[in-house]
Amino acid sequence: MNKKVGICAVAQTTYERDKWHQRFQGMALEVLESLLNQTGLDFSEDGGINTTISVSDDIFDARTISDNAMTDVLGAHFRCEEKVAQEGIQAIYYGVSAILSGHTDFVLIIGHCKESQAKSRNMVTHVAFDPFYTRPVGLDFCAAAGIQAQAYCQKSKITDEHLAKIVVRARQNAQKNAYTKDVSMLTMENVLSSQMIADPIRELHAYPVSDGAVGIILASEEKAKKITDKPVWIAGVGNCMDSFFLGDRDVTSNFALKKASERAYKRASITDPKTLDVIEVSDQYAYQLPMWMEGLGMCDDGKSAEWLNSNNLDKYNVNPSGGMLAGNPLILGGLVRAAEAALQLRGEAGEHQVKGAKTALAHGVMGPAGQFHSVIILKTE
Amino acid sequence: MKRNRNVGIIGVGQTVYSSHREDVNQPEMIYEAVEAALKHAGITIDDVDCVVHGNMELFEMVHQPDLWHTIGTGSFGKECLRVTTGGTTGATLVCAADHLVASGLHDIVMAIGFEKLQEGHTTGGITNMADPLWARQLQTGALTGMTAADVIDEFGEERAKKVSMDYRIIMDKHAMKNPYAHRRLGLEFSQADELSKTSPALVGELRMIHMCSQSDGACVMIFASEEKAKKLCKQPAWIKDHITAHREEMFCVFGDAPYITTHKYAAQKLFERNNIKNPRTEIDLFEMYDPSSWWGLDWLREFLLLEGDEHLKMIENGDIKIEGAFPVNPSGGVIASNPIGATAMVRVAEAALQIMKAAGDHQVPKDVKQAMASGFGGTMWTVLFLLTKEPPVLNN
Repeated sequence: MNKKVGICAVAQTTYERDKWHQRFQGMALEVLESLLNQTGLDFSEDGGINTTISVSDDIFDARTISDNAMTDVLGAHFRCEEKVAQEGIQAIYYGVSAILSGHTDFVLIIGHCKESQAKSRNMVTHVAFDPFYTRPVGLDFCAAAGIQAQAYCQKSKITDEHLAKIVVRARQNAQKNAYTKDVSMLTMENVLSSQMIADPIRELHAYPVSDGAVGIILASEEKAKKITDKPVWIAGVGNCMDSFFLGDRDVTSNFALKKASERAYKRASITDPKTLDVIEVSDQYAYQLPMWMEGLGMCDDGKSAEWLNSNNLDKYNVNPSGGMLAGNPLILGGLVRAAEAALQLRGEAGEHQVKGAKTALAHGVMGPAGQFHSVIILKTE
Repeated sequence: MKRNRNVGIIGVGQTVYSSHREDVNQPEMIYEAVEAALKHAGITIDDVDCVVHGNMELFEMVHQPDLWHTIGTGSFGKECLRVTTGGTTGATLVCAADHLVASGLHDIVMAIGFEKLQEGHTTGGITNMADPLWARQLQTGALTGMTAADVIDEFGEERAKKVSMDYRIIMDKHAMKNPYAHRRLGLEFSQADELSKTSPALVGELRMIHMCSQSDGACVMIFASEEKAKKLCKQPAWIKDHITAHREEMFCVFGDAPYITTHKYAAQKLFERNNIKNPRTEIDLFEMYDPSSWWGLDWLREFLLLEGDEHLKMIENGDIKIEGAFPVNPSGGVIASNPIGATAMVRVAEAALQIMKAAGDHQVPKDVKQAMASGFGGTMWTVLFLLTKEPPVLNN
């Protein structure tokens, strides 16, 4: 990448099962106020924030053009607001390009999602399938994940115990994360006996449905240095789309994640991902955590069982925040991962801070069985 | 506008716009436009680095439609981005593609706007935009008679209705020359009085004939870095500037204080930044997002910063015709074809085609050195573009 783009501020609401007392505008306002306080920025015509990228989803929000209701909260009165309706981490991809293009110096990103309002996440993700062939079968993201989990667990020898351990570890980490304290602690026994929802995926293997909002301020290198003494630099971005029909794909191949991460590593001049200090991946289901490790090149293909046994999740600081298993809404997973990675590099991660972290990776995923992956590399230098 | 590097539009592909495309599903429909755009640009899908996609997702009730559409967009194995901002989606996709190429991240980006309104319910869908507690009872979707009432109030019923219908008929005459246009009615100026009375009323004096269509269709544009664009295309259309301005409320809540439209605000900024003193002589053509003929005529005044009844005179004098002094919407405009997620992109695409001299029968006779295109959506949001025949000077 020709120039650097800096993350200058990060803000989140807590993530809770049901924020029934708050509208999505209210959640976003909490985030906005914190971001403005941290940076001293405003929306003035001269030198203020003039580009905002929101993250939401019309179907989750049950509102056509759901960003319409956000114009004022996002400071978009006579300013520019654009909505990324994909994995939230893609707002960073868009924001980075807007700054590198030279068109703008600051980009405000705010994502919100009230998954509790959609009643059933599987209703929403069900309509991501085409109406002719796959929707009538009853597929949703969870069922598609079940198909992938079957194939992957067999290939990489991942057991029910491995998956239970992953969930318990995520819950332990979540207890140290001030934003995810709503999720309760679990035992191995709780997980192992929880209901099967898409064999081998158990209910407690799935990310908890939750409501919340998250925001980031991006700035050009020159401006970033002016408004913060702890900028976090976005060194590389990359994403990739896989085929749509599950039958067209080798669902254990990690095709899209491998390509996405290769692109991000190349742009960030990373030759060995094992040298990264913190890795935040979007693990919507427990099996995905080791599977994405194979995709990122953290462990060899088909070898993640041994890799888990050697305690590598802790060794490589994978999801110290608890990850998505600690509860972030579906479309915000990757954006929260990026926010968490930035907090780690700023030394502001609180009880789950990784000491002296200088490089980090954030990952977002969208679509059935990980059809689309997006990876961002962050550095302090 | 400061920019890291120049971006040229090198290819445009469109489907025919129609109320029904039952012969194709969504990816198949998109594929038609993708194929046409690649052919126009003289490249293959392998040359495309990144695919940008957008529509109004609640209309067809497909969550994250870019996932399914991979089959028709050719985005397999590529970098992708999905953006959606309501009616402005098509314009926002152009902004995104421009950012992605100018940033240096990609050399060739393909942007896809589409809608299959037949598979949704436009007015019902847009009504769902309003707050469910406070405003949904009052919403009329995209159908608002406010502008018609204002124009009638200001210029008298007879003149206002006549000019509005003249605008409508000029747009239809343009659409008749555009083989992609949806509504091609063959209207004559002699029918104006009759139509003003007999066309079914929607809201007040906004009648069916004034209003844009509900269309199915897709538009695809291909953007390239200056180096690639010059290699691949004899006459690219260059993106000189664009500005996006939102506002949520449709009227001033503070009594008689003047209401500044986002059209006017965007135009003022754009002209200021590009040192344009007289838009009607310095800009050769304007492809405007005109949801109805009432809005179309009213917004001419806003965008061109006109005074009094100058905008009405432009229509009465025929200035806005293809062969006129200041051609507006040679494509026939939104009134003729309105696949919502694509519509705002079609405006930019048309301006680009005119610069490239590739507009076919609706090519304006004069040399288009500088063209303006607008997108509109949400409540009162505007995206305004300035395209040029010569690559802009980089003045960073």
